[in-house]
Amino acid sequence: MMQEHLSLLLVVIPLAAAPIVAILPRGRLPWAMTLIVTSICAILAGMQLWGVVHEGAISYELGGWAPPWGIEYRIDAVNAFIALIIAGIAAITLPYALLSVENEIPEDKIPLFYSAFLLCFAGLLGITQTGDIFNVFVFLEISSLSTYALISLGRKRQALTSSYQYLIMGTLGATFFLIGVGLLYSQTGTLNMADLAKLLPDVIDLKTVHTGFAFILIGIALKLALFPLHLWLPNAYTYAPTVITVFLAATATKVAVYVLLRILFSVFPNGFMSTTPTGDLFIILGITGIIIASVYAIYQDNVKRLLAYSSVAQIGYIALGIGFASASGLTASMIHLFNHALMKGALFMAVGAIIYRLGACRMTDIHGLGRQMPWTFAAIVIGGLSLIGVPGTAGFISKWYLILAALEQQSWVAVAVILIGSLLAVVYIGKVIETLYFKPITEKNASVKEAPLLLLAPTWGLVFANIYFGLNTELTVGIAERAVEVLGVTGK
Amino acid sequence: MMDFVIGHYNYWIAIFLMMVGFYTVISRGNLVKKIIGLNIFQVSVFLLYISLSTVQGGAAPIITEGTELYSNPLPHVLILTAIVVGVATTALGLALVVRIKEAYGTIEEDEIHEQDHSL
Amino acid sequence: MTHNLILRVVSKTLIPAIIIFALYVQFHGDFGPGGGFQAGVILSAALILYALVFGLDAAEQVIPPTLLRSLASLGVLIYAGVGVVTLFLGGNYLDYSVLGSTQIAGQHIGILLVELGVGITVFAVMLLIFFAFADRGRP
Repeated sequence: MMQEHLSLLLVVIPLAAAPIVAILPRGRLPWAMTLIVTSICAILAGMQLWGVVHEGAISYELGGWAPPWGIEYRIDAVNAFIALIIAGIAAITLPYALLSVENEIPEDKIPLFYSAFLLCFAGLLGITQTGDIFNVFVFLEISSLSTYALISLGRKRQALTSSYQYLIMGTLGATFFLIGVGLLYSQTGTLNMADLAKLLPDVIDLKTVHTGFAFILIGIALKLALFPLHLWLPNAYTYAPTVITVFLAATATKVAVYVLLRILFSVFPNGFMSTTPTGDLFIILGITGIIIASVYAIYQDNVKRLLAYSSVAQIGYIALGIGFASASGLTASMIHLFNHALMKGALFMAVGAIIYRLGACRMTDIHGLGRQMPWTFAAIVIGGLSLIGVPGTAGFISKWYLILAALEQQSWVAVAVILIGSLLAVVYIGKVIETLYFKPITEKNASVKEAPLLLLAPTWGLVFANIYFGLNTELTVGIAERAVEVLGVTGK
Repeated sequence: MMDFVIGHYNYWIAIFLMMVGFYTVISRGNLVKKIIGLNIFQVSVFLLYISLSTVQGGAAPIITEGTELYSNPLPHVLILTAIVVGVATTALGLALVVRIKEAYGTIEEDEIHEQDHSL
Repeated sequence: MTHNLILRVVSKTLIPAIIIFALYVQFHGDFGPGGGFQAGVILSAALILYALVFGLDAAEQVIPPTLLRSLASLGVLIYAGVGVVTLFLGGNYLDYSVLGSTQIAGQHIGILLVELGVGITVFAVMLLIFFAFADRGRP
């Protein structure tokens, strides 16, 4: 019985667990229940991906109403892949969260923290599972509202202003998305994504449809933190509690990329994107994002802020791949989605271990800490090498495929920018490593011990995943190519 | 020409409110005024949706004997959901403003920027 | 105290009427404008009026905030629970047709139950928001 309801259980289990966790008494019980829920969801997501790869797309009708009148959960290779990323990252963050949350969040707020975390998790999974475009908006808002609340729980008072800024920008983006959905509905009369794909080619020349497309694109670009709509991201990642930064950096923007891929290639007919300047726009914004964000990262004083700007640059790489609109470009973007989640997850976890021991992570605070915390330092080194794109790590695979896609388009500017981006990454990662290892150790840092095992184990889990998926690319490349086939994009 | 202006008056009102709300969010420095602007922006979207759902000569979408033509009920349901989302966003935003006032002593964007360079 | 007298008398007359109107909107939601969200807000408005006129402490004695938190979770669990029950009865999630003997009876029961869950949660959450904001000013 569970097999047929698999895609639904992925959303319902965290959603039903959230109110239960909110009323649990203090202690370790909320953490334990969240750990169980995320582990179950990770296993279910793995089963779902296996089912989709071997048996084909799944369609689940909510309420027994057939689509297009009812809401449909439609899973194919693209969603299943993203759902696995989200559930896997959440499952590996929970053991890390036990000590980190107790260190940073006041004790009486911990049950509400985990409840909001489960709501955010359910919202993100809901966006990936659903096949109805208004349902995407609803789950987008569920995950966004819980994110605003979670970010504001950071220790410093800047967490409040960061959360407020993200609230204003995020709500504007979601409302733009809603306007776009409304305009599309007014011309086709349906909200189901598969049905829209059937009905849109008849009305594709109307200005209303083009306007709706533009509104949806802007809304998603805001959630994606595509340059220049990225202004909320550095503040939000820097001042949020560590666990939230790890989870958000590895999942929230990936889900926005998924929605973008659905809109561009599944909902709108395949040739539509090339009739608009969307492809060139993404290439230009991707290139500017990579260069400018990497340069900003070099001048940052706070390590978390540096990694946040690095995230904006990585999103620029993904946008570049999408902008090419060819099979190899999309494959490169999907591979980079997966690898970036692993890279940034590992890096933010390692920096979180430093914050756990030290309470701060500015460049002036972490002199010489690498010698006191060797395992954490090694994790930062390997994560940094993956970010740069050194062969043997996951980052190299995605950069390689991206360069192949750019060469296929004969876009020498893009190839140059990708290589320059890696060089800039060398500079800012090198800055962090130099401060951690080669600067003389300060008195305050001389007595710092290594991070506890419960923080190190998930970090090294992600680091080993980085190395494993850098050497064995069968899973990531295979599924990415399968997903691109499903989206219906052939080489250009 | 007149038909273009008067026949589509619902679109003109929705666009006007959208612009007013968006401008308020961007240009006002007071944090509460930004939330008010956001609310006006969202209300304009609701008006757009609901005005699109009327059918000329249609009755209210509740099944009664003898009526054949009903207005479209689906956008009404969508907007109910969107209104709830808007209420939750406003509540969250105002709670953040109260906490910001307690932490910084002010809710003007430029004064907060002077203290912390964070907004 | 005399200027409060009019407020107290009028609100004592109005609050029961508001509560009954909220229950009417809740249960007639499937036939007229209304439903869970609207009813929850109207019901919480009745209690907020009580808190405004008679003081926050009196209102918190009527409904303690801890009970409100449990009510908020209860409402969501009722909604999710109806869906799970339909899963066990053999249909898809939230397929109300399996809840009753005929399809129409099943839909009727299903809608009433989920709207009840929504109404309880919205009532509790609106009151919690009001109490959270109002408690901020007190020492």
